[in-house]
Amino acid sequence: MLSALTQLLIFQLAGEVIARGLALPIPGPVLGMLFLFVALLIKGGPGENLQTTSQNLLQHLSLLFVPAGTGIMVHLHRVSDEWLPLLASLLVSTLATLIVTALVMKLCQRSPAASGEAS
Amino acid sequence: MTQEISQIWVYLSASPLLGLTVTLLAYQGAFAIYQRTGNNPLANPVLIAVSVLVLFLTLTGTTYETYFAGAQFVHFLLGPATVALAIPLYTQFRRVRSMLLPVVAGLLAGSLTAIVSAVLVARLLGASTSTQLSLAPKSVTTPIAMGIAERIGGIPSLTAVLVIVTGILGAVGARYVFDAMKLRDPAIRGFAIGIASHGIGTARAFRSTNRAAPLPRWPWA
Repeated sequence: MLSALTQLLIFQLAGEVIARGLALPIPGPVLGMLFLFVALLIKGGPGENLQTTSQNLLQHLSLLFVPAGTGIMVHLHRVSDEWLPLLASLLVSTLATLIVTALVMKLCQRSPAASGEAS
Repeated sequence: MTQEISQIWVYLSASPLLGLTVTLLAYQGAFAIYQRTGNNPLANPVLIAVSVLVLFLTLTGTTYETYFAGAQFVHFLLGPATVALAIPLYTQFRRVRSMLLPVVAGLLAGSLTAIVSAVLVARLLGASTSTQLSLAPKSVTTPIAMGIAERIGGIPSLTAVLVIVTGILGAVGARYVFDAMKLRDPAIRGFAIGIASHGIGTARAFRSTNRAAPLPRWPWA
């Protein structure tokens, strides 16, 4: 567990250093995730150690959003000022994204090149 | 007696112990409620826990900064947890390879639609710039969305709440949209929900398409 946690932290650190060093608009941990993903592709999968530790860490991933989410208390005035654009944006955007994604996927599946594998 | 209690309170409110403990308590209570409703997306545990904590902090007159001094120990794990998402990503990537073209096309078109439509609607209705920027990453899984919001000048905590509401909207509403479109392919339905409303939507989609299969513990929330 300790070595797996160290691995995760090293990937995060690498992501953080490179994202900041090159002033990339990507968050460091996300870059770290991409590095680990590439490493897994090269290595052909995670070791048992990393697999178990990650599963434990991700099992209650939602808990980790709670401290930041509670920060909404500082921005409550904004939510009450701008509730209409916020709500409309979420509704319209979620609906549009569902429809566009589904239609584009359907179109691509029907193209002659993919039709063989589609079913 | 009351003086003793207030002295204890003075100690507790200055120590990180309290913020950490109430975070874990609120989350576990919220998670129990969520399970009791049969994992109903409307009873989202983060939303419940955050509401309880905001209420608690307001009633006790505790500032967010004081609370966060304790809660930051939980918050810190968000970084390594985000890196760990590479493992489910890797597992899913191997499954998705067989339908690569529709998936990549759907991913690009869907993500672009999600970002542009969210920002555009908010702008048209007169939302402030930082609100627009907080909305932009709302279809991505929470830890990544918060990182992006911070990077582009949005408010991460607002984004966290918006991401969760987006997930709930997709989880509750997507099946009506697909039924109206007469779209039946479960692979497309599942993937489109994932693009629009990440894991909260997807967890629900798995439940409604295949009740016999064990619920995948996808952490994307």
